[in-house]
Amino acid sequence: MSKANNLMSWIDERIPLTATWDKHVGKYYAPKNFNFWYYFGSLALLVLVLQIVTGIFLTMNYKADGELAFKSVEYIMRDVNWGWLIRYMHSTGASLFFVVVYLHMMRGIMYGSYKKPRELLWIFGMLIYLVLMAEAFMGYLLPWGQMSFWGAQVIISLFGAIPLVGDSITLWLRGDYVVADATLNRFFALHVIAMPLVLIGLVFAHIVALHEVGSNNPDGVDIKKVKGADGHPLDGIPFHPYYSVKDLVGVVVFLIVFFAIVFFAPEMGGYFLEHANYIPADPLKTPEHIAPVWYFTPFYAILRAMPDKLAGVIAMFAAIAVLFFLPWLDRNPVRSIRYRSFAYKAILIAFVVAFIVLGYYGMQPVTPVGTWISRLCSLVYFGFFVALFFISKGEKTKPVPERVNY
Amino acid sequence: MATDRVASDGDNNPVGVDKKRRRLLTTGVGVVGAAGAAALLVPLVSSMSPSARARAAGAPVEIDISKLEEGQRVIVEWRGKPVWVLKRTPALLEGLDAVEGNLRDIESDASIQPEYAKNSYRSIKPEILVMVGICTHLGCSPTYRPEVAPADLGDDWQGGFFCPCHGSRFDISGRVYKGVPAPTNLDVPPHQYLSDTRILIGADEGGQA
Repeated sequence: MSKANNLMSWIDERIPLTATWDKHVGKYYAPKNFNFWYYFGSLALLVLVLQIVTGIFLTMNYKADGELAFKSVEYIMRDVNWGWLIRYMHSTGASLFFVVVYLHMMRGIMYGSYKKPRELLWIFGMLIYLVLMAEAFMGYLLPWGQMSFWGAQVIISLFGAIPLVGDSITLWLRGDYVVADATLNRFFALHVIAMPLVLIGLVFAHIVALHEVGSNNPDGVDIKKVKGADGHPLDGIPFHPYYSVKDLVGVVVFLIVFFAIVFFAPEMGGYFLEHANYIPADPLKTPEHIAPVWYFTPFYAILRAMPDKLAGVIAMFAAIAVLFFLPWLDRNPVRSIRYRSFAYKAILIAFVVAFIVLGYYGMQPVTPVGTWISRLCSLVYFGFFVALFFISKGEKTKPVPERVNY
Repeated sequence: MATDRVASDGDNNPVGVDKKRRRLLTTGVGVVGAAGAAALLVPLVSSMSPSARARAAGAPVEIDISKLEEGQRVIVEWRGKPVWVLKRTPALLEGLDAVEGNLRDIESDASIQPEYAKNSYRSIKPEILVMVGICTHLGCSPTYRPEVAPADLGDDWQGGFFCPCHGSRFDISGRVYKGVPAPTNLDVPPHQYLSDTRILIGADEGGQA
């Protein structure tokens, strides 16, 4: 026992190991009223680790070459020992990453976790989401199937809508006159090195910012206001062992779902891995119906809803950009949805419904009805932020308690 | 600490330190370093542009159309893009006038084509169409739909091209319809007839594209 203590103090004199553990885990006091919605932060971290580990093993057999890429993926699926498992874990992980992140964001919106003093925490989170989308998009090109190819062609062409320099930018992004070997190679470099590095850096900043200001909770109450004699918040409990054990339950349930998908429905009926991607990329022929993977479809529907090319591109990027400004668009100091007005709850529900409907129509072929519904839902999507700006000022809220409830 | 070497004025500001000199040196090194970093951006950014090999692969391609039947379309690859060579039937050419009211850029003023293809056929010879098969919206390759009034495209359809990705419509000369997302007509690449039956795509009398 004393030998172990000696070793710890030897280390602590050289690097602040115990202090760091205490600050971020052992004596990090989190509100005691966390609920179901609070699983998704730690789950996002778990998926990030899974993606990095499976990704490293995929690169050992994958070939980033226009001639070889498609075959090397088939090789991984058929001939590499357990290759199918590693690849399906990676592809399922990509989709579940977005499931987890969307729920994590929803939690933040519902409980006002973006509000002062957590604005930077929210912005780091949004940056993570943005990089994650870039990471997923670039990863989807690598199997070099028809959807990979034409999806990349469409998304890169979006930049062509920029006046004057658009065509030069798309040429530079592709590195060739069309999506080609050069594009595949650079996407591989960005997907396995650049984006993951940025992602890990942002996740680090996200957690440091969280632990600086402390976690919000379903009541939106600031637990640091009421402290006990020991200087710790009365409504706070140490992250370890209370939440580390709680999160373990989440991990077990999540992994059951995760591997059920990996083993029994890795393509998820074409939603996680699209059918057209089992045909090698053919630059001369576009598939009859192309759609992005499900996690991009709400924004894709907004793009298609616009009758003008440039307006569509602007609307699509604006739909993501507007989320960055949420901390300042919501002018009400009350955080949690529990103590907010009926009007706020109504527009939030409309926003979520519009987002899901947009996601549905983004997967469907273009029809006049679908286009009009997408236009309506795009209006609701942007309308939420406008309405929020006006409703939140002078909103009639319920009294927020001093201490947390469950 | 270094207190035994540098005297302090009691406010923790060492005396005898030439701050002006220090500022000049750090500013100088900072500016030169920033300029160097900016200069490094040039090769890095430029390396992502098409390489010499990719540019060379953009060389013109030749196609023999002696065996091309009426109504038949062949696809050749030029700069990695699909280029359609289509021999239109007289019936298809007659349909061009019928759809003019529905078009956005009838005279091809806003579209890309060589001067010799800036006509309603958008070609040198009326029946032979040479066209880049890439939608001007977001780069999908439209489908060739020569039939008249098919169920999915409506009664007004006189034959043309339909983009499955976002629903853009083009007539049989590649001219874009109104009310679809594609902003301009399909591009016509520079091309020339080397003989009656041989076309060179990617270069014309004016030089190589």
